[in-house]
Amino acid sequence: MPVVLADATRDESSLRRFLRGLPGVDQVGVEQRAAGLATRSVKQDAKRWAIDTAIGMVDLTTLEGADTAGSVRALCAKAVRPDPQRPDTPHVAAVCVYPDLAATAVEALAGTGVAVASVATAFPSGRSSRSVKLADTALAVDSGATEVDMVIDRGAFLEGRYGDVYDEIVAVKALCAAAQNTVHLKVILETGELATYDNVRRASWLALLAGGDVIKTSTGKISPAATLPVAHVMLQAVRDFHEATGEPRGVKVAGGIRTTKDAIRYLVAVKEVAGERWLTPSLFRFGASSLLNDLLLQRRAKQDGHYSSPVYLPE
Amino acid sequence: MFDYAPAPENPDIARVKQHYQPFINGEFTDGGGEPLKTLNPATGEVLAEVSTVSSSDVDNAVSAAREAFERVWSPMPGTERAKYVFRLARLIQERARELAVLESLDNGKPIKESRDTDIPTAAAHFFYHAGWADKLGYAGLGRDPKPLGVAGQVIPWNFPLLMLAWKIAPALATGNTVVLKPAETTPLTALVFAEICQQAELPPGVVNIVPGGGDVGQTLVSHPGVDKVAFTGSTEVGKQIQRQLAGSRTRLTLELGGKAANIVFDDAAIDQAIEGIVNGIFFNQGHVCCAGSRLLVRESVVDEVLTKLRARVETLRIGDPLDKNTDIGAINSAEQLAKIRELVASGEGEGASRWTSPCPVPERGFFFAPTVFSDVESSMRIAREEIFGPVLSVQTFRTLDEAVTMANTTPYGLSAGVWTEKGSRILWLTSRLRAGVVWANTFNRFDPAAPFGGYKESGFGREGGRSGLAAYLQGDDDD
Amino acid sequence: MTERVGVAKTYKLYVGGKFPRSESGRSYPVTSHDGAFRANAAQASRKDLRDAVVAARGAFGGWSGATAYNRGQVLYRVAEVMEGRRQQFVAEVRDAEGLPSGDAESVVDTAIDRWVWYAGWTDKLAAVLGATNPVAGPYFSFTVPEPTGVVGVLAPQRSSLLGLVSLLAPVVATGCTAVVVSSAARPLPAITLAEVLATSDVPGGVVNLLTGQAAELGPWLASHADVNALDLTGADAEQRVELARAAADTVKRVLRLPEQEPDWTTPPGIARLRAYLEDKTVWHPMGV
Repeated sequence: MPVVLADATRDESSLRRFLRGLPGVDQVGVEQRAAGLATRSVKQDAKRWAIDTAIGMVDLTTLEGADTAGSVRALCAKAVRPDPQRPDTPHVAAVCVYPDLAATAVEALAGTGVAVASVATAFPSGRSSRSVKLADTALAVDSGATEVDMVIDRGAFLEGRYGDVYDEIVAVKALCAAAQNTVHLKVILETGELATYDNVRRASWLALLAGGDVIKTSTGKISPAATLPVAHVMLQAVRDFHEATGEPRGVKVAGGIRTTKDAIRYLVAVKEVAGERWLTPSLFRFGASSLLNDLLLQRRAKQDGHYSSPVYLPE
Repeated sequence: MFDYAPAPENPDIARVKQHYQPFINGEFTDGGGEPLKTLNPATGEVLAEVSTVSSSDVDNAVSAAREAFERVWSPMPGTERAKYVFRLARLIQERARELAVLESLDNGKPIKESRDTDIPTAAAHFFYHAGWADKLGYAGLGRDPKPLGVAGQVIPWNFPLLMLAWKIAPALATGNTVVLKPAETTPLTALVFAEICQQAELPPGVVNIVPGGGDVGQTLVSHPGVDKVAFTGSTEVGKQIQRQLAGSRTRLTLELGGKAANIVFDDAAIDQAIEGIVNGIFFNQGHVCCAGSRLLVRESVVDEVLTKLRARVETLRIGDPLDKNTDIGAINSAEQLAKIRELVASGEGEGASRWTSPCPVPERGFFFAPTVFSDVESSMRIAREEIFGPVLSVQTFRTLDEAVTMANTTPYGLSAGVWTEKGSRILWLTSRLRAGVVWANTFNRFDPAAPFGGYKESGFGREGGRSGLAAYLQGDDDD
Repeated sequence: MTERVGVAKTYKLYVGGKFPRSESGRSYPVTSHDGAFRANAAQASRKDLRDAVVAARGAFGGWSGATAYNRGQVLYRVAEVMEGRRQQFVAEVRDAEGLPSGDAESVVDTAIDRWVWYAGWTDKLAAVLGATNPVAGPYFSFTVPEPTGVVGVLAPQRSSLLGLVSLLAPVVATGCTAVVVSSAARPLPAITLAEVLATSDVPGGVVNLLTGQAAELGPWLASHADVNALDLTGADAEQRVELARAAADTVKRVLRLPEQEPDWTTPPGIARLRAYLEDKTVWHPMGV
């Protein structure tokens, strides 16, 4: 890591100085740019490519209190063969569950190429002790999950205790690094609670400096969840981080992305803000559940030349 | 990988006719001038033939406008006049898609700009001014300001319909009648607007559209029956008109060229500043009189700004104006393209460092890839002359005073931009910039409620807002 | 051949963009000017009024935050949709007010044009009423008019449509939201106007229209702590004083009124717009 970035994490006050010294984000400007890019028209081959790419970037997610081993197994089956009648359909990137169901998902997905992601650290609020959060993470990692979606402590962040947020991410990252498998850490910023784009930029850098492999917008439990302008700011952060360190890190947008049109708008943003290099499941993900079916319906429509119906798709 | 497939708008939507006619006294009739052929600058092919007017046609148009002024339009109560202007606004909104496609075909600008900026803003100008028609006593020009009479208006080719709206909407709302000459290379949307006047049942003679070249403009602005001349175009022609009208009673407003400074400080919101720089110079292929064509960057951040700027400019897509994904369309004419090339060559000759986006450029038609010059000195032509194309000159400054001096050292004074997150600096700087419009942390914003116009040799008079009405009204205490 | 039996229309309240009956279940008979039965109008209660204020407050943020241009478009759209129902309004006004056809037509036309007049004001108010202040110091200071909030309107008792529009349009033109109590005896044109508003891009809750008795609802409106301003045109002279006194408890802006219901056909000025605007002055240093 370049000296300036290594210095930034030396202590609490260095961290604060670094984060406050990041360039501001002009709300009107970033929203206008995001709205402008959203008018890109993606058709024909480009759309076919985008649909398959988006399917391969989905973290198919179920995070309900009512989840059961059975419902998770059904979801895993869908993740592997999203459209059973169309075997050329790519599988999704991962299935995302609570830590106590991670083992079920790991078993169901063994050898399929679909990863298991588990939320952790007292998801979604992150309101618990450090030891509970680490135990939560350990449960996920020990169950065989290869991706951990942690939440940052938004309370600490908004109070300006950047060091605490940083240390927590570092501690979770250490657990991931110590695991038998390679475990990727996604850091959920919960941008809907951060109030400003300036904060989104600061939280993004904080998570990247602390070792997050992916920065993720939202838990999906808070509105607003992912938005295009927020994604712009986060994509700028990974782009600039890469520029500074040479390390590519990823972005995951989650919550509220339901249609193919939405997904394509994000892919356009990825291409034009971060760069084509980020158009791969290791560097960009969609956290979603209902999005997948819309992608599949659009995929069928492209193949068949007429619109399809959800009755052909498994639940 | 993710290359956007072409997404062209259907040119048939424009309903291009083979032949267009002048609109005088409510009717379309062939004029006595030599017909002109308007080209599609993206292909260089003829789009349509347009009948032009002779000087006797201009006489007819001016007398039709005079008659309409005296008999119908100026005696009409403001509340009724307002409703006609509202109709024009609505009809433009209703035919927006057709007008957008036609504008892009005739002008070469990308469809996303004609669709999202030109046409909606044109409609907004009519909407806004319609509301003034029965409220002129509140405009600050006395209790009962009076219209001037017949307005002779000459507009440029860079925003054909929008410039028409800037001219016609305030003129009509204030009770004047109009003879307007559209630009020689972009007359089509003005003639569709004439159709809209018919659909709105606007009384004959209130709006007259007289296509033609510079000679027609010359005849119109010097016509003795014209009470008010409004011109948007080059400073050179503006000066000629002013000279010509010197000593006459004809009122004049001029909106001329510019060479705007866009000033970037080290504490700017950098990503949005880059967007603003790009928008400032590459919007409408740089065919914008208020374009931010001189970028002044604080020395300490120039490398970062240039790196990010080049990376961003590389993503701009140049090509078919009708493709919805095109960011930069065609240069309006072969003449304009030649002028841009000549000035760019002078920049290279004088020692500036040229960088041009490696984006693919169409082989047919008139195109010029986005270009950024660094190491520019104030003495170079590219730093002083209006290029009116997608070419940016970058200079650096160290102190605020230096920035102000550089920004103001130009005979132009149309617009300027400032990028800093520090509010008090924005306000300090805006009070020292000698320009009619200053954008802070944004660029190229236009709104009918906000007056637009220049200082110094960028012209006089304003368009939009309350000040815009003054250009078409005789106040209580005017002579 | 049997004559076709007409379908009678039910007239309801207009609250939060919906058309509910009164929560009280009450209604009252409405007759034409010559006493023929026309309909049972909903008779709004204090709880309906409370709901209407909640709806108006809820809509205030969005409406006052919309661009002035957008508000102007919406008001102009009201005029367009009214024009499409011109004959219906003429019939209802003639029936309610007993005007000759020609006069009723003229009243309706003037009501439509009044929306157009106010539509044109939305994006001009700040230019006409605002200012930059040449303060003696290194500050940039400016003053902008902003809408005051929720406005309670007791509509005129006699002029069922033009009077109502003359009171309502300036309220919404400024960006305020309204709770209106219609003419008690002539409420039907008001409800038809509500149907126009519901189909003219006016967001739900911006205008809430109650049919019923100003005498009954006025005190609840005047004392409601979440109402910012009052137009008491529809109250009688005696009640106006009581209501104005109640309004003082929460320092409401109370519009100054002539004693008699004025001639609504006279072109309005901007007094009613000014009445619902607050001036906000902003200071900012200028420096390097």
